[in-house]
Amino acid sequence: MERKAFGRRAAVKAGAAMALAAPAALAQETMVLRYLGTAVNQHQGIKEKVKQDLGITLEYIPVTSDDVVRRAVTQPNSFDILDSEYWMLKKIVPSGNLVGMDAKRIKLVDDLTTVFTKGTVNGKQIGDHGTAPKEVMYLPAKDGKRFAASPTQWLTLIPTVYNADTLGIRPDKIGRPINSWAELLNPEFKGKASILNIPSIGIMDAAMAVEALGQYKYADKGNMTKPEIDLTIKVLTEAKRAGQFRAFWKDFNESVNLMAAGETVIQSMWSPAVTAVRSRGVPCVYQPLKEGYRAWAAGFGLPKTLSGKKLDAAYDFVNWFLSGWAGAFLNRQGYYSAVLSTAKANMAPYEWAYWMEGKPAEQDIKAPDGSLLEKKGAVRDGGSFEQRMGSVACWNAVMDENDYMVRKWNEFIAA
Amino acid sequence: MSSSPPEAGALPAVTSAAVAQAPLWQAAPLTLVLLGFFVFPLLATAVVSFWDYTEYALIPDFTFRNYHEMFQGCADFSAGGCTTLRTYLSTFRLCVMVWAITLVLGVAVAYFLAFCVRSDMLRMALFLLCTAPFLTSNIIRMVSWVPLLGREGAINRGLMQIGLVAEPLEWLLFSEFSVVLAFVHLYTLFVTVPVFNSMLRIDPRLLEAARDAGAGFWRTLWHVVLPLAKPGMVIGSIFVIVLVMGDFVTVGVMGGQQIASVGKIIQVQMSYLQFPAAAAQAMVLLGLVLLLIIALTRIVDIRREL
Repeated sequence: MERKAFGRRAAVKAGAAMALAAPAALAQETMVLRYLGTAVNQHQGIKEKVKQDLGITLEYIPVTSDDVVRRAVTQPNSFDILDSEYWMLKKIVPSGNLVGMDAKRIKLVDDLTTVFTKGTVNGKQIGDHGTAPKEVMYLPAKDGKRFAASPTQWLTLIPTVYNADTLGIRPDKIGRPINSWAELLNPEFKGKASILNIPSIGIMDAAMAVEALGQYKYADKGNMTKPEIDLTIKVLTEAKRAGQFRAFWKDFNESVNLMAAGETVIQSMWSPAVTAVRSRGVPCVYQPLKEGYRAWAAGFGLPKTLSGKKLDAAYDFVNWFLSGWAGAFLNRQGYYSAVLSTAKANMAPYEWAYWMEGKPAEQDIKAPDGSLLEKKGAVRDGGSFEQRMGSVACWNAVMDENDYMVRKWNEFIAA
Repeated sequence: MSSSPPEAGALPAVTSAAVAQAPLWQAAPLTLVLLGFFVFPLLATAVVSFWDYTEYALIPDFTFRNYHEMFQGCADFSAGGCTTLRTYLSTFRLCVMVWAITLVLGVAVAYFLAFCVRSDMLRMALFLLCTAPFLTSNIIRMVSWVPLLGREGAINRGLMQIGLVAEPLEWLLFSEFSVVLAFVHLYTLFVTVPVFNSMLRIDPRLLEAARDAGAGFWRTLWHVVLPLAKPGMVIGSIFVIVLVMGDFVTVGVMGGQQIASVGKIIQVQMSYLQFPAAAAQAMVLLGLVLLLIIALTRIVDIRREL
């Protein structure tokens, strides 16, 4: 009896050992990371490459940028990787749902572009109105709920992608050079202009125009005082009542349709939308303006609930993202990647020259999916990385007076 | 579906207590669903509307801040009223226009289907045809107006080709006109269906009697058909009013985001995590819509008519 029982116990032990070993091996094969972010960054190509290189399955959860914030604040258990924009951090970090990312576990942390770490491009200081990444880049401790003023070991987000936004125009309908944000409110384009109906971004585009018109000089366009908000909204309201705007847009496709259908000739726009208009055979330029660009940046953050193998996998994925393939993939779409050296190593010299150095294309420029983007000889709107990112004036932001601003914006829409 | 009391003698095995309880059990599933998915969320909204909030958190509290901010400056009419007032006026104006047009159209279509079409087959076929706008997605349906009404759209091109206008008509798109057009296109069916249903129940002998008594078409319509179709018209009106008052997608897309609507304000507040402010707006909107519906049901006692 005793022996038999012993034997059975041994068998159970052996079984348990096998059972313990099995899930570990299984987990390695079926590691799934739930990736919460906007659809803009959720490329099928990256998903496939990650599966191939790391064996990790990315489960994309595409939501609007507003919902990224909402989910990060209210449902931190519903994702494993957060793809967030830097301005969102001012709302997310105080909730304590993000955990600082350990710089020691990020291999290329010292190679991150100075746009993020110092707010410079090639040693030159760039505009820091709004939520500049360097201001919200670090936490004082792993579970900090406020931002650290100087670099620490704990990063809020590991930067992945960023770009400089400006106005899109229809050169065929305008027929003269455009070089200032002031043109957005120029009565010449009455009924043919548009801005975004996303209050925090729309008001900054308006502020760029107000400043360009010489009506007011903001201390910080991305963090206006109440009187500054009143003034900006007043200018916008007057323009709206005078019939300046054809429509406001909220969604990527709306902006493409407005421009391609000839409803607008000048409007706030995102870079891939300009490409989309052009791919319909409609001339459209992402016009560099003398007052500079409104920039945005995104990166990966980790929810504090992550631990063990999932945490390791998340770090593996972030390290992979910086290692070059993804950077080249993003650069080829006109975005910029966070570690330039590794991206360069993954791009053909002619691609690097066109996208990053602003040189005429030595041969046809193709999108990652192989479709033709630009013919040989074309030059990128705005020129090189240094010219474009070096001319950044402000960053997408959340203002301290955000509540008030949103109320005023609603007034403007109702005006 | 009337619930006539069961005769005690017919079911000797069942006690009278069980009989009394049976309807309660039958109603229980629906009651639970309504409690869980309607009453509870509504109460939660009401409670949250008195909470305070910051950029990233909701603070349980009892404050009138949200209501106060909503009606701030509303007593001052010099600047054209406060945002809330202007927004509600704009939404009401849209609502009244859409309601009037859909009601006339819906009744006309229902009348045609019920009385002019003789064959039942054809009637059903035409009725199904009315649902065609709902076979595509909401967004696509609205976006497809743009190539038609736009500055370089089909209508403007046509008008310019036949020389009716020299410049493209701007008010065709991103205007109150286009919003009302899209609403009418979408919601006429919601009036047609209940009115059609009411009209089918009208005893044809009543119409014959009216004709025999010497009433013409309009007189018959006014004194016989419309009074009997009233329940359908009220139900359809409730559908349309509720849908238009709460809408933010159609007003947004067709109005070029330039026309204010209550739904849009709520949506903007939600997207900036101002849930308590949005909840307060929702409560006020709910109150107003309920008042409208009560007023409508005062005109016609739907329960009695059905």
